[in-house]
Amino acid sequence: MEFILCFFLLMVGLYAVVTKRNLVKIIIGLAIMEYAINLFLILIGYRKDGIAPIMTSTMDRVEFLRKAVDPLPQALVITSIVIGFGILALAVSIAIRIYERFGTFDINEIKKLKG
Amino acid sequence: MEILVLLILMIIGAFIATETRDLLSSVISVGAVGFLLCLAFLYLKAPDIAITQMVVEVLALIILIRATLHRDLTFVKGMRAKLGLGFSLFAVVVVTVLSIPFFQDLPKFGHPLLSEGRSVANFYLQEGLRKTGAANITTSVLLDFRMYDTLGEATILFTSILGALAILRRPSHKKVKEKDKEEALK
Repeated sequence: MEFILCFFLLMVGLYAVVTKRNLVKIIIGLAIMEYAINLFLILIGYRKDGIAPIMTSTMDRVEFLRKAVDPLPQALVITSIVIGFGILALAVSIAIRIYERFGTFDINEIKKLKG
Repeated sequence: MEILVLLILMIIGAFIATETRDLLSSVISVGAVGFLLCLAFLYLKAPDIAITQMVVEVLALIILIRATLHRDLTFVKGMRAKLGLGFSLFAVVVVTVLSIPFFQDLPKFGHPLLSEGRSVANFYLQEGLRKTGAANITTSVLLDFRMYDTLGEATILFTSILGALAILRRPSHKKVKEKDKEEALK
């Protein structure tokens, strides 16, 4: 059920990317897709009644192994979040430049104004 | 249970973000989705990611608001042309239908792959503290076992910021003055 809802979130992002005419809306769609994929990776690594993969001095090692959630997707998703931020910054700066050049965010208008 | 509620709220927020007419409200709703995602990460026992997500979310909101303020606040009406819209929706439906078989291959929610026998994640959990001395296993993977990935991430971030600065840079003051002089001479 969680996976299906997460997939639905991804589809909302895809819908925004393919149907909207406004550049900012398209960037927002990309951001939503990125959220959905990050969440999906974390959902895969979740263990029922799990604990965060942080060891404390009072914790038993065997119990920690039995209960801790998967640390590998977490480490990779941190990387992915930061890269997503880089993509967003680059996309927004390109959008700002396009606005200064053409005076609009509407991709149809931009197509018409070419040449 | 909490995860389901958060996911439904996120989907509602994403719908509002895509459908509202005003760009500023759209940006703010996507920020709400980001903070809900941050909460979801906390419930999924991933505190490091929740912190990172919050920092990145604040920065992203600032950048997006900078992009929308005082611009195109006249609302964009309508969608793409009818035929194009039809094709786009068709593409979304096709992606959905083609993805359905893969749901069967997923592990059940709450029973990750690492609970079955020896996996890489199990190795990290067992040996992380002894080999790297980091109590937080996520950090030990990020900064020790997979250091090169993190280095690549830093490179990508640096390159994208350089790219953004190169795109946004204004022409230098001197060049503008010279242009003015040339125009005055004409």
